[in-house]
Amino acid sequence: MPDSLKLPYTRYLDPDGHLLGTLPAWADDFELLGRLYRQMVLTRLFDQKAVAMQRTGRIGTYAPTLGQEAMGVAIGSLMQPEDVLVPYYRDTAVQLMRGVKMEEILLYWGGDERGSAYADPVVAQDFPLCVPIATQALHACGVATAMKIRGEHRVTVTTCGDGATSKGDFLEALNVAGAWQLPVVFVVNNNQWAISVPRRIQCGAPTLAQKAIGAGFHGEQVDGNDVLAVYERMQLALERARQGKGPVLLECLSYRLGDHTTADDATRYRSAEEVKQAWQEEPIKRLQAYLAAQGVWDERREQALIAECQALVQQAVEAFEAAGNQAPETVFDYVYAQWPAVLAEQRELFLERAARSQGGNQDGQ
Amino acid sequence: MANEKISLLEAVNLALHRAMHEDDNVVVLGEDIGVNGGVFRATAGLRDAFGFKRVIDTPLAETMIAGLAVGMAAQGLKPVMEIQFMGFIYPALDQLVSHASRMRNRTRGRLSCPLVLRTPMGAGIRAPEHHSESTEALFAHIPGLRVVIPSSPARAYGLLLAAIDDPDPVIFLEPTRLYRMNPQALADDGKRLPLDSCFTLREGSDLTLISWGASVHETLQAAARLSEQGVSAEVIDVACVKPLDLDTLEASVRKTGRCVIVHEAPKSCGVGAEIAASLYERALLDLQAPIQRVTAADIPPPLYRLEQLYIPSVEDILAASETVLNYA
Repeated sequence: MPDSLKLPYTRYLDPDGHLLGTLPAWADDFELLGRLYRQMVLTRLFDQKAVAMQRTGRIGTYAPTLGQEAMGVAIGSLMQPEDVLVPYYRDTAVQLMRGVKMEEILLYWGGDERGSAYADPVVAQDFPLCVPIATQALHACGVATAMKIRGEHRVTVTTCGDGATSKGDFLEALNVAGAWQLPVVFVVNNNQWAISVPRRIQCGAPTLAQKAIGAGFHGEQVDGNDVLAVYERMQLALERARQGKGPVLLECLSYRLGDHTTADDATRYRSAEEVKQAWQEEPIKRLQAYLAAQGVWDERREQALIAECQALVQQAVEAFEAAGNQAPETVFDYVYAQWPAVLAEQRELFLERAARSQGGNQDGQ
Repeated sequence: MANEKISLLEAVNLALHRAMHEDDNVVVLGEDIGVNGGVFRATAGLRDAFGFKRVIDTPLAETMIAGLAVGMAAQGLKPVMEIQFMGFIYPALDQLVSHASRMRNRTRGRLSCPLVLRTPMGAGIRAPEHHSESTEALFAHIPGLRVVIPSSPARAYGLLLAAIDDPDPVIFLEPTRLYRMNPQALADDGKRLPLDSCFTLREGSDLTLISWGASVHETLQAAARLSEQGVSAEVIDVACVKPLDLDTLEASVRKTGRCVIVHEAPKSCGVGAEIAASLYERALLDLQAPIQRVTAADIPPPLYRLEQLYIPSVEDILAASETVLNYA
């Protein structure tokens, strides 16, 4: 491999939480590390609850974020309020840190558009989850272009999985970001599986980060299960983009511990041994071991944290369940800024249908 | 430029200048649209007048152009993108269908996509393969989009300004065959035209001729010929094929009882089918003859030696008119 394609790979903690080298100075701040840890635990407990709610029919299909907590939490804690997140669909961790409410995430997966309306002003400009693969990478470049045109010191962050890097949209996004030196950070969550297709047959390149090199900007790899490593490299990437020094592609190596979605069964295509091995590397245990070794974490604090997080999750579930349904006419309210007068008849017919359905919905349909 | 005779192409250019002058949020992007002023020169002069930050030559990637416009629009800009020819629009379709058309709905109005996609459409200029398509029906089928097709310099000017103002995504299709045909006097007065109204170009009582885009040209010629034969044809330019102003079409057909729809796009599932079905739903008993459609056949536009056979001609429209006029 040519030297230009030998990209940096950053990892500070091994799977057992042992330090592999010198940490950056900011990592001495145990309060910060405690906040990162807390948020990772909250994300995981929320995620477990969401999966359980899907299994009991209280929400629809859900994309679990199990094993992806370190990346999302590091990204979310570093983005500034004025930055813009353009996420994909496995971004519960980063969305929660940005200010999206747990009940909003439940509403979205529970079949209600209000889940993408985001009440918190900090996330007012963040994009909703993106389902069509890699299409969001281009939106991020458009947002970053607007920032650049206006001369703002803001950054756009967009995320995707390893499968998304195979799409033209992703490559077109890298290309324009490099050509125009846009203030955008591409985070690839390389969790090894695009539904059932493993990383090794997704792409022939040794790294996904090197796709940035072809587009003329910096790419690197980081251990996506090491929140300290992601934090450090993400911080530098954001700073670089904010200073107008162009985009960065950060490939985070992780593992999708859960199914692709609750509609998927990963046991059909990957071995129990592989998953068991991956659990040895998961991000929460690793930081917990490190904090315990530093004498700032113990079982008592762990139990208190879990109780606190579970209470927050429970509150969100109650808020979600109290939300009720949107009124039928709302399906027309946002298709156009104003429903076209020339299409008034369609709206009337729909409302008649809705009235009939509410009046006689006893056929189990 | 007051009241000078200008072409449809110049009217597009004039509207773009006007919109960029009126609102700093309007930005123009696309392939070859900056220094070169666009392959048809629709964006000529904009780079000099408004600078490279607002008149942006993009890399050659249509999906990217549309995706970028979605992101820019969500940030409050008003991007006006150009796709060089309608035959190259398909990579952009995903961004238009999956995102631009539904961003407002997905986010309950939190984000929106006030963008315009301009592209030259249609056959008749002896262009190479993939430069002659009329696929407006693809876009008219998508909820959340508006689809606008001007057929005169004045309508190009007023409709494009309205499209740029509009808070929702607008597909603005410019018939290349009309780009330099029939210049007309036009004041640069900034006056907008409505985006969901048909334009009655000629009033009549015996027959309604409905058309849009380049075919309006032949349709008007056919109406003139019918007039020589003592037949009074009403000519309606639909102009906005989504959403459709069915009320105007219905009122005309109720008055005349006879209708011919003319479009350059292929027949099956064309916008003409939508109009005909709606008129049957609304005015069946007022119709004195089955509605006739004069369209392209369901074939790709032929290369240029035979392309004139693809385009509905005045004679075709006269023949269809005769059919509905002589029916029972």
